[in-house]
Amino acid sequence: MNFKTKSISLAFALVAVAPLSAVQAEDAVIAQSDTINVASVSAVNTFNRNLKKETNINAAPSEDGIHDPANDSTHVLQPPKEAFSGFVTSKFGNYVDWVKTLEEGKINPRWDRINPAEEAFVMDMDIVREVKSSVPDVIFPHRQHTEWLACANCHPTIFIPQQNANQFNMSSILLGKDCGVCHGKVSFPVTTKSCGLCHSKPKPADWEPPMSQASLKNPWK
Amino acid sequence: MILNPLRKFINKFACVGILAGLVLMLGSQNVHAEYGDVVINNYSDAAGMRPAVFPHWFHRIRFRCKVCHADLGFEFKAGGNKITMAKIIDGQFCGACHNGEVAWSVENCNMCHSGNPGTPTHFHGSTVQRLVAPAYKSLESK
Repeated sequence: MNFKTKSISLAFALVAVAPLSAVQAEDAVIAQSDTINVASVSAVNTFNRNLKKETNINAAPSEDGIHDPANDSTHVLQPPKEAFSGFVTSKFGNYVDWVKTLEEGKINPRWDRINPAEEAFVMDMDIVREVKSSVPDVIFPHRQHTEWLACANCHPTIFIPQQNANQFNMSSILLGKDCGVCHGKVSFPVTTKSCGLCHSKPKPADWEPPMSQASLKNPWK
Repeated sequence: MILNPLRKFINKFACVGILAGLVLMLGSQNVHAEYGDVVINNYSDAAGMRPAVFPHWFHRIRFRCKVCHADLGFEFKAGGNKITMAKIIDGQFCGACHNGEVAWSVENCNMCHSGNPGTPTHFHGSTVQRLVAPAYKSLESK
């Protein structure tokens, strides 16, 4: 046996041992908490768009994995598919474009708990947030948000109502801060398909990305 | 070859590893619940009830976010409201509507308490939960 075959079998051994130890670790986690039915925590790979798509979308409560099928009332609950028929569709979240569904009058959710005639206090004001990197700038539309929410839901706890007072980035949003308080939980999620919903204002034609400090201070130039 | 038995051994375990990995991957995709579904299990399990499941999608067809999150004082946090049946019967939180007037009343226990027993409080489909946060943090550990 020469050196080449040895190294190949060594590589095989590494490949074989790596998934095995991972499996053992996962087994241990599952054994510790065998009652937990949610997907394992930090399933970062479910974020990978190359992985399989969700096929069973808008599943009925009895087969959705969090409702107990042994409970009689589970079968009384309305299946989402039935409720969403005729709604404007989207490619993420509930697979419903809630803003368009509301705009087109397919639904008329109450603004007041009791009085169905009360109308939303809508404010039409767009805020442009310039983005440092090359992705399009962000337009924040107050109108679509005030159709659903009251001012006090965001101001001043989540966003200080003052220009340039709120500095955040995609990391903080993915961590559930700022826009991430709702986006990524109930309102449309942060996916590779939804970037353009916020990042919707193209950069000016003469825009150039800022030079990094490392390049500017390059002593060898 | 000297290494043949070892290679067979390794191949066998590689197969087992890959198979187990596939099973785990499929297993983790068994939950198809709706985006925004909240399982609330602060006290349910301890009280011998199934955890409550709150479907955001069902409620947002009927009410705007403002009704619950501004008027009724629901925090934007799964399990963060410490809702108890006493508060609901008192007309707080869910009880503001689930009182037999705006919506059906609390005697339909199993309509809400319909989750799989033992499911921790969590927000189904939450980006944060998928990426970083632990699925469940008890109220005491705050």
